[in-house]
Amino acid sequence: MATVDDLKFQEFDDAANLLAANPDATTISIDEPVEIPKNQHSHLQEPGREEDDELLGTDDSDKTELLAGQKKSAPFWTFEYYQTFFDVDTYQVLDRIKGSVFPVPGKNFVRLYIRSNPDLYGPFWICATLVFTIAVSGNLSNFFIHLGKPTYHYVPEFRKVSIAATAIYAYAWLIPLALWGFLMWRNSKVMNIVSYSFLEIVCVYGYSLFIYIPTAILWIIPQKVVRWVLVMFSLCLSGSVLVMTFWPAVRDDNRRIALATVGTIVLLHALLAVGCLAYFFDAPELDFPAPIIPAHNGT
Amino acid sequence: FAGLADVSISEDIPVEGEITVPVGSRSPDEDFSTLDEPVRDTIMRDLKAVGKKFVHVMYPKKSSALLRDWDLWGPLVLCVSLALMLQGGSADSKDDGGPQFAEVFVIIWFGAVVITLNSKLLGGTISFFQSLCVLGYCVLPLTVAMLVCRLVLLAGSGTVSFVIRLIVVVAMFGWSTLASTAFLADSQPPNRKALVVYPIFLFYFVISWMILTFTPQ
Repeated sequence: MATVDDLKFQEFDDAANLLAANPDATTISIDEPVEIPKNQHSHLQEPGREEDDELLGTDDSDKTELLAGQKKSAPFWTFEYYQTFFDVDTYQVLDRIKGSVFPVPGKNFVRLYIRSNPDLYGPFWICATLVFTIAVSGNLSNFFIHLGKPTYHYVPEFRKVSIAATAIYAYAWLIPLALWGFLMWRNSKVMNIVSYSFLEIVCVYGYSLFIYIPTAILWIIPQKVVRWVLVMFSLCLSGSVLVMTFWPAVRDDNRRIALATVGTIVLLHALLAVGCLAYFFDAPELDFPAPIIPAHNGT
Repeated sequence: FAGLADVSISEDIPVEGEITVPVGSRSPDEDFSTLDEPVRDTIMRDLKAVGKKFVHVMYPKKSSALLRDWDLWGPLVLCVSLALMLQGGSADSKDDGGPQFAEVFVIIWFGAVVITLNSKLLGGTISFFQSLCVLGYCVLPLTVAMLVCRLVLLAGSGTVSFVIRLIVVVAMFGWSTLASTAFLADSQPPNRKALVVYPIFLFYFVISWMILTFTPQ
């Protein structure tokens, strides 16, 4: 039977004193993780990791994935949940716009600029600006083209704003949804290293539409050659951003499917540009003067 | 409260005073019940508040009256009058003419709501209705521009009138944007001011475009 003394809490002597009494005792020290062993590991692993680091950034991705998990913890019916999608500063938005216009070869837009902080500010307001820019530029361009003709009466063509809005917002939100669904489906079949969340895809698409804003303004110039050169140029720039973003996500897949996916992305992007050009901007009729009075008007 | 049982007031100090609560300068009759005052007073009070805010918009000083006592009467009146003045384009709806009444209304109110949500999502400290109030009241310069444009168009619709209209609309657009920015910019976090100001700029640009492209039939 234990005496009362045995049950009393025994103060443990200092570790040093105990060790002095019994030098052979095993000791366990629970400290901060020591930095030194890491260096010994690192130059063993380095040659293998370099090529993946650029596009994947695995060190980063663990940390950023944890951060992403911590960030969006508010339930979706509260206002704070949506505030996490607008957690960007002015310089970050400007950086992302710059990154979408000047594609750096080999660098991934999502990893470089977005880094698990996708925002909805850029996609939404770039689309809104693009809608109004296309409508206003189209109206101006038609005005200048038909300026001299006596039968021309200027109309503001306000209907076209709603058509433009529907087309551009559908492109910027439904195509990412379809692409995300497709990538998720392929991910279940083939283990891809890189996968994007829905918001990151929306972000990439939204920012890639930025190049069309100055393009639409320049489309006011009523020259067919100029317009098509602009289409090609902007398509190359933003198309390459999209391709470099999505190629790592599909390259581990079946070759054909990967090429078909990337091809479809570029094709839809081109279709949007060409469709807007054709619908909102009248063809410049500088080649032939339109006869105003019918020829057979009685003589 | 065992301790309080020991407290006692000695009997030779008389306790006296009044139990009634002191009333301020207002007698209980003016209890801010608007049923007792003439209708004219009620209406004039609201009209004066609206008029005072109009003056604040035209001369945007750093006063907080616009923000403190928000009301949506002024924006409603401005929006309706602007939408009405933008009518009178083509009479037959088959023509791809200017915006309909409902379209102007929706653009102004929906645009103001979206901008308010945007500024709140970016971390702004202004309340929802205060921001709607400011954005609505700052449409006043553009309504004045619309009035001037209609008067100029009565005189003629050539190049000269277009240049005059252009100058007036551009000036009023700048005034609107500066006025609303002066009121709203302080409530935003400092490194996101441009992100909040840009949609306001876009909003007033669209309204100015609608005003400038107004062509009577």
